[in-house]
Amino acid sequence: MINLTMVVELEDKPGQLIKVLEPISKLGGNVVSVTHRRDEVTPLGRIPVRIAVQIDESKMDRLLREIEGRGIIVRSFNRVRHAVATSLLLIGHIIHTDLRETVDAIDKTGFAEVVEMRIVMPELNKPSTAFIKVSAVNEEKLKESVEILKGVCKSKGIKVIEPL
Amino acid sequence: MRIAIVGFGSVGRGVAKVLIEKRSYLRNLIGDYRVVAVTDSKGGVYDENGLDLRKVLEIKRRKGSLPEEITSIEVVRDLDFDVCIEVTPTNVESGEPGLTHIRECLKRGIDVVTSNKGPLVVAFRELMDLAEKNDARLMFEATVGGAMPVIKLAKVDLAGNEIISVKGILNGTCNYILSRMEKELLPYEMILEEAKELGIAERDPTYDVEGIDAGAKLVIIANALMGLNAKFEDVERVGISDLTPEAFKVALENGYTIRLIAEANREYLRVSPRLIPLNHPLAIYGTLNALEIETDLAGEVFVIGKGAGSVETASAIISDLICLKSLRCS
Ligand SMILES: NC(=O)c1ccc[n+]([C@@H]2O[C@H](COP(=O)([O-])OP(=O)(O)OC[C@H]3O[C@@H](n4cnc5c(N)ncnc54)[C@H](OP(=O)(O)O)[C@@H]3O)[C@@H](O)[C@H]2O)c1
Repeated sequence: MINLTMVVELEDKPGQLIKVLEPISKLGGNVVSVTHRRDEVTPLGRIPVRIAVQIDESKMDRLLREIEGRGIIVRSFNRVRHAVATSLLLIGHIIHTDLRETVDAIDKTGFAEVVEMRIVMPELNKPSTAFIKVSAVNEEKLKESVEILKGVCKSKGIKVIEPL
Repeated sequence: MRIAIVGFGSVGRGVAKVLIEKRSYLRNLIGDYRVVAVTDSKGGVYDENGLDLRKVLEIKRRKGSLPEEITSIEVVRDLDFDVCIEVTPTNVESGEPGLTHIRECLKRGIDVVTSNKGPLVVAFRELMDLAEKNDARLMFEATVGGAMPVIKLAKVDLAGNEIISVKGILNGTCNYILSRMEKELLPYEMILEEAKELGIAERDPTYDVEGIDAGAKLVIIANALMGLNAKFEDVERVGISDLTPEAFKVALENGYTIRLIAEANREYLRVSPRLIPLNHPLAIYGTLNALEIETDLAGEVFVIGKGAGSVETASAIISDLICLKSLRCS
């Protein structure tokens, strides 16, 4: 399953939303949220509606075709790469090369990436601290990427403080 | 009810004080009671008609040790009584001397109330089976959270719930050190010294700061409430001594603090420092303990309270004692 967000423009009359929701459920997707942006009505009087969907990756393109096939204007259609994120603290003698390797270990998984990083180095020879934020496509993959990170850190003697 | 107090340190004396001071109140709940024996590491006193606890406390205070009238082993093997309050020092490797004391009592059908983690960590199932076989009961509320109710809260008040996981702060010394590091942004060693001076940390703080104490409590909670058969070695354990002021600084800048968290679920038992959002109920300060219990029916239940102290720990022991006499608890 992947996460998608799309913004469609619907005419302000009954029976419009269903044209978008039908193909989603037909293709086995879940509607996560629907928000009408009534204050952003288009010059032609259409209402932008933002819809978040979870759907099987292989059905993504078909979903777009099906919705457009029903005469709906799709203003944007994006895959949300990273739905979940977590923060961790690393303490130890983290040197630059170590850090790159550690970040690479996460980034090259394809399902997770390091999206934020702050490193504080106190006096020479004292351990430094890094605050890092990792995001991943779903909870399970997030857990997996945290395990990868812990493995890399363990081999380098860096202490990982996990979130609750 | 005839009671023997085995171990007469901080907790044992706290229990004695409560038994003296709240006598008329407690009599309504557990009936008439008398303490027929009290022992420490050097000796002990007994009187089948009931000791004068004030006098025993006074002797212990003046002399440091009790006279050698009877030993703990003689009490648990030969003396006639109904409930043993076992409050000797914890040893998470051998369980002794408490393990022998508790075994001997249970074998004879004598109920035991204890604050001693050692025997329960080393031989939880064995002791529970022994109790059942001999129609005796083993109560251990005081082993896990001091005054904070955990065992009876889950077993009695949350009866019918499955306990899915627990997460909490089970060591007041670590929590004190970490909350001071957070506030002062000073090195671990300095705060540890301060804690020693205040009597919050022991001279050898290993047992607390390496997560051994919290790990022992976690094993007891997991076995008692989650039906696991965990051993102390099953706990992944990381202490707090590597934490730096910078770690707190960076955590705080991002809306977090750091606390030593004991966590048990079906996958693992772990004691380690964790990042806690500053507005999370587990971001507590000082020597307090806290526990979040995740259940199938009631959702999450949260308790917070004093995890140690003489009379505070006696509170848990007294509540177990009352429980022995009440239908609600059986
Ligand atoms: N203190 C707390 O706040 C707290 C909270 C929860 C649980 N606990 C647990 O409760 C237990 C007691 O703690 P505590 O603080 O009272 O410890 P403590 O002050 O060290 O007292 C231990 C007592 O046990 C006695 N003892 C040692 N070996 C003995 C033996 N073989 N037979 C009989 N007595 C023996 C000691 O004798 P001497 O007096 O001769 O040395 C002392 O009186 C420990 O297992 C501890 O982990 C304590």
